[in-house]
Amino acid sequence: MADFLSLSGWLIVLLQGILFLLGAPLLAGWIRFVKARLQNRRGARIIQPLQDLYKLFGKEALVAHTASLVFRAAPYVVFASALVAVSLVPLLATNLPSAMAADMIVLVGLLALGRFFLALAGMDVGSSFGGMGSSREMMVSALAEPAMLMAVFTLAMSAHSTNLSSVVDFNLANGLILRPSFLFALLGLMLVAVAETGRIPVDNPATHLELTMIHEAMILEYSGRHLALMEWAAQLKLMLYGVLIVNLFFPWGIATGDTAGALLMGLLAVTVKLLLLGVVVAVMETVLAKMRLFRVPQYLNLAFLLTLLGLFSHIILETGT
Amino acid sequence: MEALNLALLGVVLALLSAGFALFSSHYSVLTRWLVIPLLGLSGLLVAVAGMQLLLSGGAVFTAELPFGLPWLAWHVRLDMLSGFFLLLIGVVCVAVAFYAPGYLREFEHGRGSMAVLGGFTGLFVAGMQLVVLADDAFLFMVAWELMSLSSYFLVTFQHENAANRRAGFLYLMMAEIGALCILLGYGVLAGNGHGFAFDAMRSAQVGGLWATVAFALAFLGFGMKAGLLPVHAWLPEAHPVAPSHISALMSGVMLKVAVYGFIRFSFDLLGGIQWSWGVAVLLVGSISALMGVLYALMQHDLKRLLAYHSVENIGIIFIGLGLSMVFEGAGHHLLAALGLVAALYHTINHALFKSLLFLGAGAVLHSSHQRDMEHMGGLLRLMPWTGLFFLVGCISIAALPPFNGFVSEWLTFQTALQAWSLENGVLRSLIPVAAAILALTGALAAACFVKVYGVSFLGQARSKQARKAREVDMGMRLGQGFLALLCLLLGVLPTTMIHLIDAIPRQLLHTGLDKAMAHGWLWLTPLGGQTASYSAGLVLLGLLAAWWLAALILRRGGVRQVRRCDAWDCGFSPLNARMQYTATAFSQPIRRVFGMLFAIDESVKHDESGQLRHSLQVGDRLWGWLYAPVIRSVLQAGRVAGRLQTGHLRNYLGWTLGTLVVLLWLIS
Repeated sequence: MADFLSLSGWLIVLLQGILFLLGAPLLAGWIRFVKARLQNRRGARIIQPLQDLYKLFGKEALVAHTASLVFRAAPYVVFASALVAVSLVPLLATNLPSAMAADMIVLVGLLALGRFFLALAGMDVGSSFGGMGSSREMMVSALAEPAMLMAVFTLAMSAHSTNLSSVVDFNLANGLILRPSFLFALLGLMLVAVAETGRIPVDNPATHLELTMIHEAMILEYSGRHLALMEWAAQLKLMLYGVLIVNLFFPWGIATGDTAGALLMGLLAVTVKLLLLGVVVAVMETVLAKMRLFRVPQYLNLAFLLTLLGLFSHIILETGT
Repeated sequence: MEALNLALLGVVLALLSAGFALFSSHYSVLTRWLVIPLLGLSGLLVAVAGMQLLLSGGAVFTAELPFGLPWLAWHVRLDMLSGFFLLLIGVVCVAVAFYAPGYLREFEHGRGSMAVLGGFTGLFVAGMQLVVLADDAFLFMVAWELMSLSSYFLVTFQHENAANRRAGFLYLMMAEIGALCILLGYGVLAGNGHGFAFDAMRSAQVGGLWATVAFALAFLGFGMKAGLLPVHAWLPEAHPVAPSHISALMSGVMLKVAVYGFIRFSFDLLGGIQWSWGVAVLLVGSISALMGVLYALMQHDLKRLLAYHSVENIGIIFIGLGLSMVFEGAGHHLLAALGLVAALYHTINHALFKSLLFLGAGAVLHSSHQRDMEHMGGLLRLMPWTGLFFLVGCISIAALPPFNGFVSEWLTFQTALQAWSLENGVLRSLIPVAAAILALTGALAAACFVKVYGVSFLGQARSKQARKAREVDMGMRLGQGFLALLCLLLGVLPTTMIHLIDAIPRQLLHTGLDKAMAHGWLWLTPLGGQTASYSAGLVLLGLLAAWWLAALILRRGGVRQVRRCDAWDCGFSPLNARMQYTATAFSQPIRRVFGMLFAIDESVKHDESGQLRHSLQVGDRLWGWLYAPVIRSVLQAGRVAGRLQTGHLRNYLGWTLGTLVVLLWLIS
C-alpha cells in the first residue's frame, strides 16, 4: 500500500497501458496469421488488425435512426472499462500501484460493466440480430462469470489476497509444482477465457453467418470509429485473458523491481509466452468446430466444476487442518 | 436525547399525515400540499435523527412513553442499529414524498378514496418507524401489526381487480403467520428473561435447545416478512399490485424492517450465536438469491420482475448475515463484523436502488399505462430523465462498478474469501459454494437488467401507448434523481458509509473494522491493505480518463460527426417494432438451461380460426410442492369440521354440553 505514490510505478502502468493498446491488435493478428498458416493459407500480415483500426478511425460513423444515446455512449464505456481493466494486470512487472486501486473482483466487475453496455448497445437499434446476440452473450457470460470468480478465489485464497500483484508475487515465491488446485483453476480459466473472448468453439470471431453470431451480432450496427473502439476493446479483452493466464500461472520472467533490465526481461518473457499461447489458440481453432449454442452451457458447467474442484482441493488438501 | 425526540416527532408527523388524509377525499388539494409534505418531513426528521446517532459513534438513548398497558409502559430506544434503519426509512420516505404528488394526480379522480390511500400510507410509515424504535416486545408487536395491516389496505387499494384482492389475502395470511412466529419467539425470550422489555431479554441467558427454538421461530417469522424462499410467495403477488410509490416503500423499506427485526432478535436480544444457525441462514439466503433472480428473469411484468429481485437481494443480505453468524459462532469476531457490515451495506443499497427502480417503473406506468414490458420499447427517447435514472438503478442492482451494488457484493465476497480461517472443513468448503452462488446470482441479475432496460427503454415502441409516453413532471424526476445520486455516492465513497455503519458491529459484536480506513478515505481496506483494497473513486477516475483518452484519439482521427441512416440489419428489409427481440425471447436461453427449476407450460395450438397460437406459462414450482398441499389440507380439515354444523339448534346445544362436561372433567 505504501508505495502508491511512486512515480516509477505509475510510469510502468503507463508503459503497460501503451503496450496493451498496441499489443492487443498484434496478438489478434498473430493468432489469425498462425491460423492461416495452419490452414495452408498465406494469411494477412500480423499488423493487419492495427491497420484496420487506423482505417476505421478515419471513417464516418453511421448511426441508425432508431438508436438512442446508449448506442453512441456504449463504445466509449466498453473501451474505457477494458482499458481500466488491463491497467490492473501485471504485464511486465508486479507491484503495480494501479493494482491497489482495484483487485481481481473489481477486474471481473469491470469486464461485466463493459459487457452490460455491449449487450445494451446490441438491443438499442431494435434489430433481431442485435437482440439475439445480447441474449446469447448474457447467457454465456452468466455461466462463465461464476467459473471465472471461482478460479480467482482459488488464487486469492492461496495468496490470502485478492490483489493481482500480490498473487503473482506469491506464485513467483512459492512455485507452482504439486498444486492440484492451480491445475484445475488454470484449466477452468482457459475454458472461461475462450468463452468470454468469443473464440471457437463457443463463438466464431470470423463468422459472417448471421444465425451463429454472438459477439459480432451485437456490434452489427456499428461502423467507423465506434466500430474501431468496439474491436479494440474486444482485442484488449483477448490480451487481458492471455496475460492473466500466462502471468498468473507461469509468472517466470516478470519484473519484480523497476530497473530497465528487469522490465526488458519481463517484456521478452511475456511476449514469448503470449506468442506460444497464440499458437495454442490457433491450433485449437483449427482442429475444433464451433459448438451448437445449447452445448455451450455444458461446456461452461465443466469450466465451473473444474474451478470449484480447484477451490475444494485447495481447501481440503492444501490448507490443512 | 435530542435525536430520540426528533425521531418521535417524526413518528407523530407521520401519524398527523394519516389524520389529515381523512379529509382529503373532500379536499383533494390536501393530499398534495399537506399529507405528502408531512410524510416527507417525517422522513427527513427520522433520517436526521438516525444520522445524528450514527455520527455520535456509539450513543444509546432510551425513554418511556406514557402509553401501553398499566404495568407495561411503552419503551423506546435509539441505538446504532435503529439509527441506521431510521436513516434508511427516512431517505426513502423523502424521495417518495417528492414523487408521490405527481404520481397520485391520476388517482384523484379514480375510484379509490384518497383518504384510504393517504391515511394508511401515514400509518404504514409510522408503524415502520416505531418497529425500529421499540424497546419492548409489546410495542414491537403493536407497531409490527400496524405496519402489516396498513400495508394490507395499501396492497388492496385497487380492489376492483380480483387478482389484487387475492394477492392482498395471501399477503395478510402470511404476514399474520409470520407475526405469530415472531410473537412465539419473543415468548421464549420473555419466559427466560421474566419480562417483555428488551433489556430483560438481553440479560437473560437462554440455554441450548430453547435458544435454537427461539432462533428458528424468529428466522421463520422475520424471513416470511422479508420474503425468503420458500416463504416468499406473497411478495411477487403483493408488491406489484400496490401503487408504485407504495411498492417502493414496501420493497425498499418494509423488507428492511424485517431484516432489522432479524438482526435485533438474533444478534442483540438472543446473543450467543451458534455457527449452525449461520449455516441455516447462509443456505436459505443462497437459495433465495439464486431462485429469486431466476424467477425474475422469467417475468415480463416490470413490477413483478422487480418484486422477484427483492427476493434475490434479501437473499444476498442474508448471505452476508449468515457469513457473519458462522464467523461469530466460530469465534472470529472481526470477520463477523465484516459480514455484518457487508449485509448492512447491501441493505441500504437495496433500499436505494430498489426504490429507485420501483419509482421508475411507476413513472413508466404513469405515462404509458403499461406494466408489461412486451408492450414497451424506445422509452429512453421519450422519457430521457426517467431513462437515465432507471439506467443508474439497473447498473447498481446488477452490481457493476463504480455503483453501490458492487461495493456490498465486493464486501460479501471478501468475507467469504476468509473461509480458510475456519477450523471446520465442512464449513470451509460450504462458504465458497455460497460465494459461487452469489457470483452466479450477480451475473444473472446483470442479464436480467440488460433485458429490462433493453426491452423497455431501448429499441422501438411496441404499442401505441408506449409511443405516446411523455416525460413525467419535475417532482417525480426529483424523487428518482435523488435516489440515483445516492446510488452513485454510496458507490464512489464507500469508506464514508462504512465509517458510519462500523459503529453497529461495535455495539452488537463489540468489534469494529479498525483497518477499513487505515489508508485514508480513498481506500477501502476492510481487513488491511495486504488482503484487499478497493478505491472506487480511482476506478471512476480511471474510467473517465480512459473515456477522455478514447475521445482524444478519435478527435485526431479526422471525421467527427455521425450520420443518421436506416439500420443495416445485414441488409434485410426495413425494421419494424415486431421484429425486435422480446423479453420472453431474451430469457429463452436461460429458461432452457435452468428449465428443471421452473414449472413451464408451453404449448402451440390451433385456435378456432385455424391460426397458430403459442402460449407460455412459467410457474413457481414451490407453489405446487409446498403451498398447494397446505391449502388442500386446510380445506380438507375445514370440510371435516364442517360436518359438525348440521344447522339444528339441538345439535349445537349438545356439543356445548359435551364440551362443558369434558372441561369440568379436565379441571377436577
